[in-house]
Amino acid sequence: MGEGGRVREGARAYLLIAGMWMRSTMAYRFSFAMTTFGNFTATFFDFVAIMLMFSRVDALGGYALPEVAFLYGLSAVSFGLADLVIGSMERLGRRVRDGTLDTLLVRPAPVLAQVAADRFALRRMGRVVQGALVLGWSLTRVDIDWTVGKLLLMPVILVSGFGIFCSVFVAGAAFQFVAQDASEVQNAFTYGGTTLLQYPPTVFAKELVRGVTFVLPLAFVNWLPATYVLGRPYPLSLPEWVAFAPPLVAAGCCALAGLAWRTGLRSYRSTGS
Amino acid sequence: MGAGRLYAAVAAGGFRRYATYRAATAAGVFTNTAFGLILVYTYRALWDEKPHLGGYDQAQAVTYVWLGQALLSTLAIGGGGVEDELMERIRTGDVAIDLYRPVDLQMWWLAADLGRAFFQLLGRGLVPFAFGALFFPAYLPTDAGTWVALLVALLLAMLVGFGIRYLVALSAFWLLDGTGVSQMAWLLGYFCSGMLLPLNVFPGALGEVVRALPWSSLLQAPADVLLGHADPLRTYLFQGAWAAVLLGAGRLLQSVATRRVVVQGG
Repeated sequence: MGEGGRVREGARAYLLIAGMWMRSTMAYRFSFAMTTFGNFTATFFDFVAIMLMFSRVDALGGYALPEVAFLYGLSAVSFGLADLVIGSMERLGRRVRDGTLDTLLVRPAPVLAQVAADRFALRRMGRVVQGALVLGWSLTRVDIDWTVGKLLLMPVILVSGFGIFCSVFVAGAAFQFVAQDASEVQNAFTYGGTTLLQYPPTVFAKELVRGVTFVLPLAFVNWLPATYVLGRPYPLSLPEWVAFAPPLVAAGCCALAGLAWRTGLRSYRSTGS
Repeated sequence: MGAGRLYAAVAAGGFRRYATYRAATAAGVFTNTAFGLILVYTYRALWDEKPHLGGYDQAQAVTYVWLGQALLSTLAIGGGGVEDELMERIRTGDVAIDLYRPVDLQMWWLAADLGRAFFQLLGRGLVPFAFGALFFPAYLPTDAGTWVALLVALLLAMLVGFGIRYLVALSAFWLLDGTGVSQMAWLLGYFCSGMLLPLNVFPGALGEVVRALPWSSLLQAPADVLLGHADPLRTYLFQGAWAAVLLGAGRLLQSVATRRVVVQGG
């Protein structure tokens, strides 16, 4: 079977499993509504904290509230989509510990698709909706000198950001094959990553900005393309075309994460119980 | 065995239980440090913009961030205390075994939670705090008295934190599935304890309200004692009053619950 065939097979398995979990969730509609609302509120509080900050100051790192909201919205939507689609992978450590991963290995479907769709939770839409609302609000307030290039770049930013965060989730899951108990480390990069990107890059130390630009390229999720759209200088001197690099970076990240996943899966030794 | 020794043994058990998972503790230290790092830069930008915001200077704001990261898991502000287990025991009916024991339910879980809290403070709290104090210009009091005063405030914060979470856990006697309630509880706790932003930075009436709520005993009160921003005795009085009210309410709810509710069994 070719690579294309495997991808199609994986997508089919993913949709089947995710659909099953959705039907199971919908059996308890009230609980679903409650938890979706909870998810929405939890992320909303993040933004409330930013609004409270701006109730006392006019700018943070030289950025006004609509501009911070623009960064926040891009980061929250990209991360929210990745969390919705494959966020369940952060639970892999538990399956490794109790040996239930074995069940997934004997099924005739790609393991990655099964782990990603495991306990698919539609309530995570709450975060996406909240991020989209903030992004929409910021677009009505922020002063952008729109060009065709910038307009076309907007959907590209979201899709690439989604890809980058997906690769963080997959790499994190691959790490859990080795780390098991230490699965919380992943949170520093997933939840920590999206929190970091919600604030302007000018707020952080140069070394930290360098780290998330060149080592773990989270800056390509929103910082680099968004500073271009806003017409603001990026703290590091980089050529302008870098703003259009997110798709390439996302593809590279996904390839590396895939490699890490295969290595991790190959190293898996069942608990045997 | 005397009651005091029994509860001390339960607390020691809680301490040892959490101390077993070393990799998980190291991972937690890493994550707390990473979040502290993000927060400390945003706070510094905030205090750059407006020095003496909320009465703190920039060094005090830095100390506030790292104290917050040290107390996040200690006081189980984002969840993760003994209440999860108690809720599960109520849901499955295992709580019947706990009620059989010749010990008090509330005291038993309080002891277990204190053991957990002390471990989290030493195992997960100290390293991020030391990291912050070492790499950022933080405000650190030089007199030992302030640090002792902080410890007392922390002990009271642990009592208040448990008091809130015990009430949340007991709701499972009626709701069975307490997921929704505990989610709401940790959301409120996160916001109202000052974990997102110091409560004295909150504007106007909102600030007055959140500072009067029990959650302000968790992070804001110990922070103000450490930063020399509040009179320790008055802070203790505030925390102590909330601890008494919450633990009393827990005791009342517990007696209603155990008398009226039929335990789930199978």
